[in-house]
Order: sequence, then C-alpha cells, then structure tokens
Amino acid sequence: MSAVPATLNRVTRARRELGSDTALIYGVLALVALISWGLILANGGQINLANTLVRSVALGMVAVGQTLVILGGSLDLSVAYQVSVTAVMASYVMQGDPDRMLLGIGVVIAIGLAIGLANGLIITGLGVNPFIATLGTALVLRGVLNSSFDNFAGAVPAEFQALGYGSIGPVPYSVLLFLAVVVIAWFLLLHTRFGHHLYAIGGSEETARLSGVRSARALIGAHILCSLTCVLTGLFIVSRLRAGAPWVGPDGNYDLESIAAVVLGGTALSGGKGGVLGTVAGVLILALLDNLFNQLAVNTYLKDVLRGVIIVAAVAAYALRNYRSRA
Amino acid sequence: MTSTSTTARFEQELTISWRERVRRGVLGTAPIFFVLLGLLVWIAILNPNFTEPSVFLAFLKRAAPLVILAAGQMFVIVSGEFDLSVGSLVTAVVVAAAGLTEGDPDRTWWVVAALFGLGILVGIVNGIVTTRLHVPSFITTLGMLLILEGAVLYWSGGAPRGSLPDNFRVFGRRGIEDVPFVEQLPYSVIILVVVGIAAVLLLHRTTFGKQLFAAGGNPRAAALSGVDVPLVRTLAFVLSGISAVIAGILVGGFAGISQDAGAGYEFQAISAVVLGGAVLGGGRGSMVAAMAGALALEALFTLLNLLGLPKPLRDAVQGLIIIGAVAYAAYRLRRAR
Repeated sequence: MSAVPATLNRVTRARRELGSDTALIYGVLALVALISWGLILANGGQINLANTLVRSVALGMVAVGQTLVILGGSLDLSVAYQVSVTAVMASYVMQGDPDRMLLGIGVVIAIGLAIGLANGLIITGLGVNPFIATLGTALVLRGVLNSSFDNFAGAVPAEFQALGYGSIGPVPYSVLLFLAVVVIAWFLLLHTRFGHHLYAIGGSEETARLSGVRSARALIGAHILCSLTCVLTGLFIVSRLRAGAPWVGPDGNYDLESIAAVVLGGTALSGGKGGVLGTVAGVLILALLDNLFNQLAVNTYLKDVLRGVIIVAAVAAYALRNYRSRA
Repeated sequence: MTSTSTTARFEQELTISWRERVRRGVLGTAPIFFVLLGLLVWIAILNPNFTEPSVFLAFLKRAAPLVILAAGQMFVIVSGEFDLSVGSLVTAVVVAAAGLTEGDPDRTWWVVAALFGLGILVGIVNGIVTTRLHVPSFITTLGMLLILEGAVLYWSGGAPRGSLPDNFRVFGRRGIEDVPFVEQLPYSVIILVVVGIAAVLLLHRTTFGKQLFAAGGNPRAAALSGVDVPLVRTLAFVLSGISAVIAGILVGGFAGISQDAGAGYEFQAISAVVLGGAVLGGGRGSMVAAMAGALALEALFTLLNLLGLPKPLRDAVQGLIIIGAVAYAAYRLRRAR
C-alpha cells in the first residue's frame, strides 16, 4: 500500500503518458518538416518558417481551446462561428477609431465569455450531448450573424493591425500571443487542480464525480477558455483583414480543422488523454503540409483529398499503437 | 423474494385498467410524434391547402431525401458510431451521375448501379477504418467527407459538368399520374415508404437489428455473446452509404446538379435522429421515431418559411429547437431513472 495520494498518481500517470506520445508526435512533425522542406528545396522553392508559423496562429489558438474541451470529454463545433462573431463585432464596435479599441476588445471578450458559459451550461446543466449542443449554438450564432450582417462591417484602426503584422525583431507578435496561449493552457492542465480535474472527467465522468470532482464546474471552465481562444483567433484575423465578415470563421473551417489538429496531436477524441503540446505539433503538421502543397502547386481540391487521407492515416497509426500496447 | 415480486408485478400488469394502458401507451410514445403533429397542424392553420393530398404529398416528396438519410444514419447511431460523410456522398452522387451519363438516357442504368457500388464502397471503407483500424468514426467519416468533397471538385474542375438524363430525374421529379384523390403519386414518396418499411423491419424485426442495438449498448457484452461487432457496425455504415445514394438520386432529380447538393445533410440527418429520441453513443432509439424526427425537421423548415422568417433566422430557430428537444429528452431520461 503506497501512501501516494490518488491525485498525485493520476498526475504522474498523465505526465508519463504525455511524455511518450508527445515524443512520438514531435518525431512525426520532424519527419514531416524534413520531407516537406526537402521536397520544397528540391523543387527550387524557399522555406519561410515565420510565414508558416503565422499561418498556424489562427488555427493554433482555436485548437488549443478545442484541446481543453476534448480532454474533458466534450467537443465544440461552434468555434468557427465564434471566430466570426468576434471578428465582426470587433470591427463593428471599433469603427476604425483607436479610442474605441479597448471597448471593442472588451465587448468581444464579454461575448466570448457568454457563449462559452452558454455552451458549458447547456451541456452540464441540461444534459445535452456536446455534439448536439454546440452544433445548435453554431446554428444560432450563424443565424444571428447572417441576419444582422451581410458583408464586412466597420473596420479596426491601423494601430490594432499591429497584432497581425507587427513583430519584435524577427518574432511576430501573433506568434508570441500563440506561445503565451500554449504555455498558459499547458500550465493549467499540468499544474492546477482545474487541469487535473479535466483529465479525470475526460477519463471517466462518473468516477470523477464520485471522487468528489465538481465535474460541471470544470467543464464549464473548459468551454469558457475554449471560447476565449476563439476570441483571440477572431481578433488576430480581424487585425489581418482590417474588417470582419460573417464568413471568415466557416471559410477557415476552424470547427473540423481544429478537431483534426487535436486528434492529429495524439489527444483521444473520447477525452482524458493527450495535451496541448501534441496539439501544437498537430497544427504545425497541418501547416507544413499546406505549405508543401502550395509550393508544389498541388490542385486545391486534391489538397483536401490528401489532407483527409493523412488525418485518417495518422489517427489510425496512433490508435493501432495504443490498441497494441493495451492488448 | 425476487421471483414473488416479479410475479406480483406480472399479476398487477394483467389487472391494470385499459385507461392506465392507454395512459402508459401515450406517455411511452416518443414526444417527437406530438411535436410532428403539432407542427403539421400549425402549418395547416397557416396554409389550409396543406391538407389537400397533393400538397401534402409534395411536402413528403421534399422531405424524402432527409427521411431516407435519417433512416441510414439511425443504423450507424444505434451501433454507437457517427456518419458525417453522407452529405458529401449525396453531392458526389449528383455530380458523378451528371458527369457519367452526360445526359445520355442509355447510360442511366449502369450509372445507377455504379453509384450504388460507390455508396457500398464508402460504407465498407468507413466501417473497416473505424472498426479494424480503431479510428473514431467522427474522424473516419470526417476524413471521408474531405476526400469525397475534394474528389468531386477535383474531378469536375470546380464546376459540375454534364447533365442528368430525364430517365434519371424521374425518381425525384415525377410520379404515377391520374391516381384517384391525389392526382399524382410521386415516385419519391413510394421509394420513401418502401425504404422506411424496410428500415423499420431491418432494425426492429431481425437478428441483425438486435445485434446492432447490442453492439451500441455495450460492445464488450455483445462481443462476448457472440456478436461480430466490427461486422455489424460495418454493415450499418454500408446501409448509411446506400441511403445516401438513394437520397442523392432523389435530390438530383428534384433539385438538379449542384456543387453543394448535399451540403449540411449530415448534420440535419444526425439532428433528425436525435430529435427522434435516439441516444448518441448507441444502443437506444426507434427507427419510426428517427424518421418522424426527419419529417418534423422538414416541417419546421416549411413552417418557418410560411411564417416569413428570413433564412438566417430559420437557422437560429432550428438550433434552439434542436437543443431544446434534446434537453427535454435528457430531462425525461433523468426523471425516468
């Protein structure tokens, strides 16, 4: 009988699991990077690392939020429209006026908090399956957005565009923001009670609840954090585009792509296993492939086919590996 | 002790009054039937023509693809999985039919056969990747969605080519003329009824159906009692693929060729099944209720249209109603426990 408290056990176990899988996923990432850069250089192209990173920021932040909810055994299919709502409302409120920048940011954060809280409450309080709940919120957001705006609305001031285009030395602000989001999420997951509870709930909601975890509270928290990452992505996108339109979120396909990135990063779709570092690798793999396809001038539509095959193949590889190690 | 209480309960069952029986029967019915009835009555009040057989049949004709898709999706959901690829399969069927027939009626039959082959193939791949490679069906069918969508666009170069011959379009468009009372009996309604009856019998009256429920309810217990879980789940995906092909043929006939003929159908079909009271995760649900869920969703679209709501707001109302219905079902389930 060891005297190690159950929580510590769970944490060490989570760390160990994270360690092995994350190493594998970063190995895959390195392989993808080498192959794709090799192919690009062989074809006389150029490697632009900063560009690849900036292109990963938008999907990356949403994917980090998505990781939190998926780890807790939930899911958010409304992220794309949350990104749109943020982009549209930010430029609509700011109206190109630098003095209204803070007001705009405050408004979209408030909206994000409200949407996250609503998603969390519908799932935990009303007992609606997360798939249906967030699909429903997505429809509601889409409806409200499309009936209120039918084009680019307002504009953000030039100062705000620094977020999208500015940099400290060679490092773009947006990449720093993304790193900050990753570090915060990583810290929350591995070094706070909230994070440990989330892993426990994702592993088994019932067991977690019976062991005294306030599962509803942690899940609502995860949904609110996920919505806040959508707000950050929305702000980043609107700073690049200068104005938001209802279609910026769904056009970026953030709902399904973020889930794909999370799963590609080794997090189990059923929850309880994985982490944000894997997700970062997943996002980078998707961005590197995108970059490669562009450099090789692969047909846009064929790109979708290849991406579909790669996502399924990667998940099959992880699944088989886990299945074997369990058997 | 247990046996006496069971006997006592059994005797009590025998002696309950017919009133109690009716009450229990009504309460036991899925609420979706009342919702559907309410929606249909509301539509009829706003538009009295709706009660005319021909107008009602036109409604059924419009609803047929979604109801058939919901029936296919129901097999997959009962077995404990998802199929997100059906919408893109509907699009693939419409675009491939136009591209392969190029309007030539002589080609219709082999093209239809090829399309069914495609649907079965998609189902087999979805099933094998999910059950043998242990990829969650959400990801498998999401990958299939990307693949089908990309393949269709790649093949057609971004704009669908060809056209659909008349003998292909008859299924979604025409019907048996000069039928008493109804003027025209649309082929799509006949197909809907045949598919519906077949689906109900298959899920609720065969060993295969029972095995599906078992696989969805508790895969381990099912496997230990001799159910080949991977096989029955793969067959469920195949049935879903076939239903998408039938729906695609009807949509092609009804609405013609379009790049996004099937867009959104996957989520509508899943919503319909869930509105019908099936539980995501498997093991519970009724085929008739799932199809009623699809009809209710279609009736809701018709009603919101009649009420003059703009398209975007219709989305919002649809979202609220789906959440509300599932929340109510969850509440009932909690109370029943």
